[in-house]
Amino acid sequence: MKSQRWPLTKGRSKRVLPGFGLSLGVSLFFISLVLLLPLTGLVIEVSAMSLSEFWFVITDPRVVASYKVTALAALAASLFNGAFGLLLAWVLVRYEFPGKRLIDAVVDLPFALPTAVAGITLATLFAANGWYGQFLTKLGIEVAFTPVGIVVAMAFTSLPFVVRTVQPVLEELAPEDEEAAVSLGASDAHVFRRVIFPALWPALVTGVALSFTRSLGEFGAVIFIAGNMPYISEVTSLMIFIRLQEYDYAAASAIASVILLASLVLLFAITVWQARYLKRLEGR
Amino acid sequence: MSITVDGINKRFGKFQALNNVSLDIPEGKLTALLGPSGSGKTTLLRIIAGLESADSGQISFSGQDVTGLHVRDRNIGFVFQHYALFRHMTVAQNIAFGLDSLPRKQRPSKTDIQKRVRELLELIQLPHLAQRYPAQLSGGQKQRVALARSIATQPKILLLDEPFGALDAKVRKDLRRWLRNLHDEFDFTSIFVTHDQEEALELSDQVVVMSQGQVEQVNEPIELYARPASRFVFDFLGQVNVISGQVKQGSLSQGTAWVTLPGVQHKGDAQLYLRPHEVRLATAPVAHANLPLRIEAVSLIGSEVRVELRPEGWQSEGSDNIWEVGISHAECNSQRPTRGDLRYAVPQVGHLFTGNDAQPATVNWAEAELAPRVRLIS
Repeated sequence: MKSQRWPLTKGRSKRVLPGFGLSLGVSLFFISLVLLLPLTGLVIEVSAMSLSEFWFVITDPRVVASYKVTALAALAASLFNGAFGLLLAWVLVRYEFPGKRLIDAVVDLPFALPTAVAGITLATLFAANGWYGQFLTKLGIEVAFTPVGIVVAMAFTSLPFVVRTVQPVLEELAPEDEEAAVSLGASDAHVFRRVIFPALWPALVTGVALSFTRSLGEFGAVIFIAGNMPYISEVTSLMIFIRLQEYDYAAASAIASVILLASLVLLFAITVWQARYLKRLEGR
Repeated sequence: MSITVDGINKRFGKFQALNNVSLDIPEGKLTALLGPSGSGKTTLLRIIAGLESADSGQISFSGQDVTGLHVRDRNIGFVFQHYALFRHMTVAQNIAFGLDSLPRKQRPSKTDIQKRVRELLELIQLPHLAQRYPAQLSGGQKQRVALARSIATQPKILLLDEPFGALDAKVRKDLRRWLRNLHDEFDFTSIFVTHDQEEALELSDQVVVMSQGQVEQVNEPIELYARPASRFVFDFLGQVNVISGQVKQGSLSQGTAWVTLPGVQHKGDAQLYLRPHEVRLATAPVAHANLPLRIEAVSLIGSEVRVELRPEGWQSEGSDNIWEVGISHAECNSQRPTRGDLRYAVPQVGHLFTGNDAQPATVNWAEAELAPRVRLIS
């Protein structure tokens, strides 16, 4: 009786494309190897500590100060990138001009450049006698070896995240939507605010969040320009490095786990929020 | 508002999209821009809307030059083939968009806007979907919402770019009828673009046939079908059967096939165009024509039966070398046409293009046949 009613049950569960098991298996294996295993190592290292020890390490005043510096600098850098990255993506998608390809390629430079090189270059440029620094000093702005320098370094290394997440969405935006809005009498500002921006919003938030989490862990570019003064311009990744130099692996892991947790929670929250937003647009 | 298009030229790189197009769209009429893809019909519509600018020429609404006017100031309603609804707004918010966009001084109050949106939702018969998002609607519903959105600000001109192009046949038919009612109820001057000749003939008061960036013919649907002014219009408006050959002593012949041409003085090359309904089928040649054809296929198309035939011993014009004849179900039942049968085409009315003449001459065999009989009786 049952088999009569569902004669296709067996065939239905078959996949059209072969290789699902193999490809998923290989992917999971590599994810385990390069992501999960090191993370497990981190957790094991941390679990050797007692809870009070752990708490003591991660609430050390100098470390807490570094959290604040790192988070605020990362926030400033990612917000700056949100605005500037959106502008850059807009220019690259909307207009034709000579050198467009070149600028498009240069956007990826922070990814390609070793972060230490970026850090040294930025430090040299913004030093009191550097190309930019000499003018900024006259204006009374000090960038190198201050928290502002940290923001500059973070913004530099994480800019591509915003541009590369917003760009494809902007490219796929139907010109008809804007034409429809304009034909209904909307001003340019109104079209941007009500039609274009809501469409870009999820991608922009994702880009800014990626930029933020990347900035939280930035080390190479930051330490050369930050000055690394305790309580003022030390970033958390530097604190991890210092603990490592002291051969205190457990403490280093403990501090690292705080950054890791913060990043994971943020990324997860963004993913959930974005899924909800997109669900509405796609009508599921 | 009447629309005047005067000497519009438009070029996209090397492609001449519109070549000196002039056109009068009368007030309150529903006009179709009909043509194959690449004929410039959509470009013309977009230039009238102001979404595209012409290289030269002038657009006027009721005699007022609007060529330099921005689309947002032209006060037109524009409907897109793929709806272009704002995905992140509800149906109600979409419809209210035009009113929300008005400058503060002209903008109605919130309650007035809501009231207007409710009226429009009633009009499109979708009041229950006000809080839905576009992705949750069917194609037909989306296009209704798009229409409501475009007329919310009460434009005098409604422009539609292939409004039913993305919909299936049944929905398309319903929406067509609905649009016709909407147009009659409100006092619009409407233009819609289509490549579907049936849609153009059924829906519009006036059809503008376009080809290669030029206007081929402008006329009412019935006139257009009965009296196509050029070979292009003939070919484009529905199926047509063509025999080309030499005209000698009042008869056109090609190989063994021939047909008399009563009242035609011309000598030399000519093409005879016949609509599927202007031809009957007989089992033997008649006095005025010998056009043998072999049946290729018989298909039931709704209320009619379509017979496809291949010329026997002569060539039809056109790549597929097929003639199409429409017969009634009654005829089909009595004659029982089957694949492989030999039949003779009996032209009733035809249209003769001679030499390089753009305009055809109408040939009517029914009258010529009838005339002697009438004389005999008297």
